[in-house]
Amino acid sequence: MNYRAMRSIYLFEMARTWRTLLQSIVSPVISTSLYFVVFGAAIGSRIEEIDGVSYGAFIVPGLIMLSLLTQSISNASFGIYFPKFTGTIYEILSAPVSFLEITASYVGAAASKSIILGLIILATAALFVPLHIAHPFWMLLFLVLTAVTFSLFGFIIGIWADGFEKLQLVPLLIVTPLTFLGGSFYSINMLPPFWQKVTLFNPVVYLVSGFRWSFFGIADVSVGISLGMTLVFLAVCLCIVAWIFKTGYRLKT
Amino acid sequence: MQPIISVSNLSKTYATGFRALKNINLDINRGEIFALLGPNGAGKTTLIGIICGIVNPSEGKVTADGHDIIRDYRQARSRIGLVPQELTTDAFETVWATVSFSRGLFGKKADPAYVEKILRDLSLWDKKDSKLITLSGGMKRRVMIAKALSHEPQILFLDEPTAGVDVELRRDMWEVVRSLRDTGVTIILTTHYIEEAEEMADRVGVISHGEIILVEDKAELMRKLGRKQLRLQLLNPLDAVPASLGTYGMELADGGRELVYTYDTAGERTGITSLLQDLNESGIRFKDLQTHQSSLEEIFVSLVRKQP
Repeated sequence: MNYRAMRSIYLFEMARTWRTLLQSIVSPVISTSLYFVVFGAAIGSRIEEIDGVSYGAFIVPGLIMLSLLTQSISNASFGIYFPKFTGTIYEILSAPVSFLEITASYVGAAASKSIILGLIILATAALFVPLHIAHPFWMLLFLVLTAVTFSLFGFIIGIWADGFEKLQLVPLLIVTPLTFLGGSFYSINMLPPFWQKVTLFNPVVYLVSGFRWSFFGIADVSVGISLGMTLVFLAVCLCIVAWIFKTGYRLKT
Repeated sequence: MQPIISVSNLSKTYATGFRALKNINLDINRGEIFALLGPNGAGKTTLIGIICGIVNPSEGKVTADGHDIIRDYRQARSRIGLVPQELTTDAFETVWATVSFSRGLFGKKADPAYVEKILRDLSLWDKKDSKLITLSGGMKRRVMIAKALSHEPQILFLDEPTAGVDVELRRDMWEVVRSLRDTGVTIILTTHYIEEAEEMADRVGVISHGEIILVEDKAELMRKLGRKQLRLQLLNPLDAVPASLGTYGMELADGGRELVYTYDTAGERTGITSLLQDLNESGIRFKDLQTHQSSLEEIFVSLVRKQP
């Protein structure tokens, strides 16, 4: 393993984060605070408790998931797309590093960034609503697993994209709707029976449900299934990345 | 001595069906400056891309310092530095950061003293904290050379190193390349500035339509293919070359006012002495004469033209 190379790429990517601090950390925190003000304080005070949890607190796991998913995807996709776009990827491709090392470094950096972000949002949320985390270990596990999985997903999008439009397409048209409809702001038990069934095809439901369980001990679907679904998605992404590297898809001609 | 780079039966067909390289065989000797000449689209960049690991070969085998570039890619690549044709740099990084990054990427331990030496050698030291976006094109080119040298490679590829670089900087660059060669680095440069190859190279390879059509020692090439011409400006125009001078195979030019004799510099005897004597005996007088030796450029053009 070329650990020095991995460290170099990781630090390079993290340096990009600090350089764009406003865009990468401050703006998600501000938008999350706005959600709390609107849904938590203004509207939330008129919504009754869900399974014994106040609405303001109930949406916290969902909001963290929302940021975690979108930021993981955008960090990782941008991180690998940009060198492709500017041409600096030549150096990575000509270096004595394996594709596995390249992926681990880029995905590791993107995931670190969104985990930091997730924890900052959690801290921000604690300012607005009283929070109690029932299963801190599981909370961290879901946080890390989701960040890694979706960074991997973003990495794939970044390799696939051959223009800025495609880079935005998947997050905008697929991930954001799935997150909003995945029970971030409501319990899926509140849906009519038919839509409860449909919603089970949405992978984000399992992420939000598992994450929420680690906070409040309540869940829409069982935690085992949540964990299983997350791992399945992780495995699918790993297979796609393995295929990309085997064929050199969109990286090598 | 074992060649430092050995390319055998290498072919590349792109997904579009375009055959960029056709059965290339090429050995690069340790410590030499090798110039790869060829018109645009001849396959120069593809060949370099394959050796450096950016392009997948379709067939054939390449070794760098004895290591197969695919099976043993870590060993092969750690010996190679690449300066690509396009100026591609991270706009917001500093010179120091980007060169240090390259060193780490190639698995070398951080060595600020060595990075400092490279930057000083390339006259980049006072720009070390500048962001790349603020540098001129020539400076960026130097940064790319610094990045390629950061991991102390034994082999350096320079793909069109002086494209779009002014004359002064080009001369500087040649100095840098020469001093690198003196430290034992093997240098392969592609160019379509023939004067560059003529000035710098030990050996020249010509590639055209994906095929190596010639590899030759530069001096040898100049000798072999370099024809010299003697042009005599006549005092009185001639209608035809006199029969008494028929053995020289001369031609008339400029409406009979000029007599042109082409000879081979490689020959023991050029025949000039006897020609001048015969001219004198035939009563042909001339007011001036010039000799002209073909440059590498003319050799190159005539070689490429011969290709179907």
